[in-house]
Amino acid sequence: MVAPVEPRKIVIEPVTRIEGHGKVTILLDEERKVKQARLHIAEFRGFERYVRGRPYWEMPVLVQRLCGICPVSHHLCAAKAMDRVVGVDKLTPTAEKVRRLMHYGQMFQSHALHFFHLCSPDLLFGFDADPAIRNVIGVAKEHPDLAVQGVMMRKFGQEIIRITAGKKIHGTGAIPGGVNNNVSIEDRDFLLKDIEQMLEWARGALKLAKDYSVEHLEAVKTFGSFDSNHMCLVRADGAMDLYHGNLRAIDKDGNKILDQVAPQDYLEHIKEEVKSWSYMKFPFISKLGPEEGWYRVGPLARLNTCDFIDTPEAEAARKEFVLLTDGKPNNYTLAYHWARMIETLHSAEVIQQLLNDPDLQGEDLLLKGDRRPEGIAILEAPRGTLFHHYEVDENDQVQRCNLIVSTTNNNTPMNRAVEAVARDHLQGKEKITEGLLNHVEVAIRAYDPCLSCATHALGQMPLVIELTDSNGQVLDRREKGL
Amino acid sequence: MDEKFPLVLVIGYGNPGRLDDGLGPALAKTVEERNLPWVHVDISYQLSVEDSHAVSVHDYVVFADAAVSGEDGFHFRELNPEISMSHTSHHLDPASVLGLAHVLFNSNCRGFELGIHGYDFNDFGEKLSTRAEENLESATAFMKRLLDPQKGPLFESAETLITTTS
Repeated sequence: MVAPVEPRKIVIEPVTRIEGHGKVTILLDEERKVKQARLHIAEFRGFERYVRGRPYWEMPVLVQRLCGICPVSHHLCAAKAMDRVVGVDKLTPTAEKVRRLMHYGQMFQSHALHFFHLCSPDLLFGFDADPAIRNVIGVAKEHPDLAVQGVMMRKFGQEIIRITAGKKIHGTGAIPGGVNNNVSIEDRDFLLKDIEQMLEWARGALKLAKDYSVEHLEAVKTFGSFDSNHMCLVRADGAMDLYHGNLRAIDKDGNKILDQVAPQDYLEHIKEEVKSWSYMKFPFISKLGPEEGWYRVGPLARLNTCDFIDTPEAEAARKEFVLLTDGKPNNYTLAYHWARMIETLHSAEVIQQLLNDPDLQGEDLLLKGDRRPEGIAILEAPRGTLFHHYEVDENDQVQRCNLIVSTTNNNTPMNRAVEAVARDHLQGKEKITEGLLNHVEVAIRAYDPCLSCATHALGQMPLVIELTDSNGQVLDRREKGL
Repeated sequence: MDEKFPLVLVIGYGNPGRLDDGLGPALAKTVEERNLPWVHVDISYQLSVEDSHAVSVHDYVVFADAAVSGEDGFHFRELNPEISMSHTSHHLDPASVLGLAHVLFNSNCRGFELGIHGYDFNDFGEKLSTRAEENLESATAFMKRLLDPQKGPLFESAETLITTTS
């Protein structure tokens, strides 16, 4: 008979190849079965206090300090909220299209970066492959064509951001009530010359993601998968719209929980729960409560929730995608990658449409209306639904700010994914190998979380893996520094 | 003539909204203000894969960043284009950016790290600490001598320039 062993806690800190600092703890029981798994987020929550007292027109630029990964999403969401504050409910066609171009450019580059340089090592080399190979450099060596495509797609998206936002970081393009510049003919032509190549590469990436899912269908179905609700913005006609729309939420069978909820009414439908072991909150749909009301956001949720996509190639790809689950919501965690590449192709199609639209060269950029004391906006950021909510006093100073970022919306699903994978892949193992730990990370990476603390100075990002028992005694520790 | 000088890229990176983490961008701005035609400047929150393409079309690259430890003032060292694993995600370390430039784009660009010691990173705010300001001043003086408007880039003499600057 095997002698009983003490419960063990496995700690992975921080999770590699996701943004910011996270820590995974897996508590094993006496029989070395997974008792509990949690993703702890050391998210800095001081930002909402930091903006208090600042003038409202600063918000679209100031909030970009939040994150080095998706500053454009915060820039645009804050600008949309401030549109409400300055009394503008509908922008001029030029302003709306310039902002959309910026947003779809961000979506394109963000998804491309994640797929080619963060997720593709796992798909190309396998989850158990040597970590010395299973990384972006490994892709560069073994599949240089793919690595170059990833670099150039990311660069193309960054050029769109530079042109529409004024610069790559801390852009100032979107301002309350509109934009401060149109897109010149010269800049338009600069982008147009590469768009066919971008479409071609986006098609190739979609094929790669789809083929992987089909060829590894059993693994995709079972890896970290679980039923969930799904939520995103949709257009009035039910189409996918990543820039603007109303909230829709569906359950695991596709039944609508919420539909066409205006952003201004979000507080009536979404609440946030606090848990002692994580700085990040746990949002849920109010009427279902915290146990039943949590939901997924991001590419998978958007593909599940929308009725159709209004660009032809992405719509054809969506129809193939929903066939996999007979038209019901797809609840496979690894299907995020396929969904993300459908959105990448969709973004390229939208970018092409916008670049050929003469409204981009219009001169009517800004509108004004009657000042309001509150601004609420929702946007579909690359990682999912993003909420910005501000209250502004009579002196034009922000008095209250509430942000629910995409990764926060996916907090419960990521925890569920970690636990599901831990139960399937870690229990009973005598040794915690890099490959086993990476299964946990692969599940988290599928959500492309951004746990940004946005401070990254030299020497500040060690990787610590710690194994402790139930008494807090460290049994094993591995550390890798940058 | 300027055309004969090798091309230099200076990438200053960090989050200017996180106090001393803004040292890299602050240094890059001082270089940009000099308007040297053979020096290109880029400012980013973080290094990412597309930086490898920009690096590949230059002869030298300087990665300027805040350093949380090490000597006071600043350090300057040549990088090996390391083909190694990076532990973070969307962000790459300078040696890996250089490595990608070499592997993906057949570049021979030489890379250098300019680490400027900072002290305060744990709050929001667009202000450098007093000691970080002093270190920035030293690093700026060094870069002025390194990128000589008359003689071009003086990377071979960097060690001497550091000694005589400090």
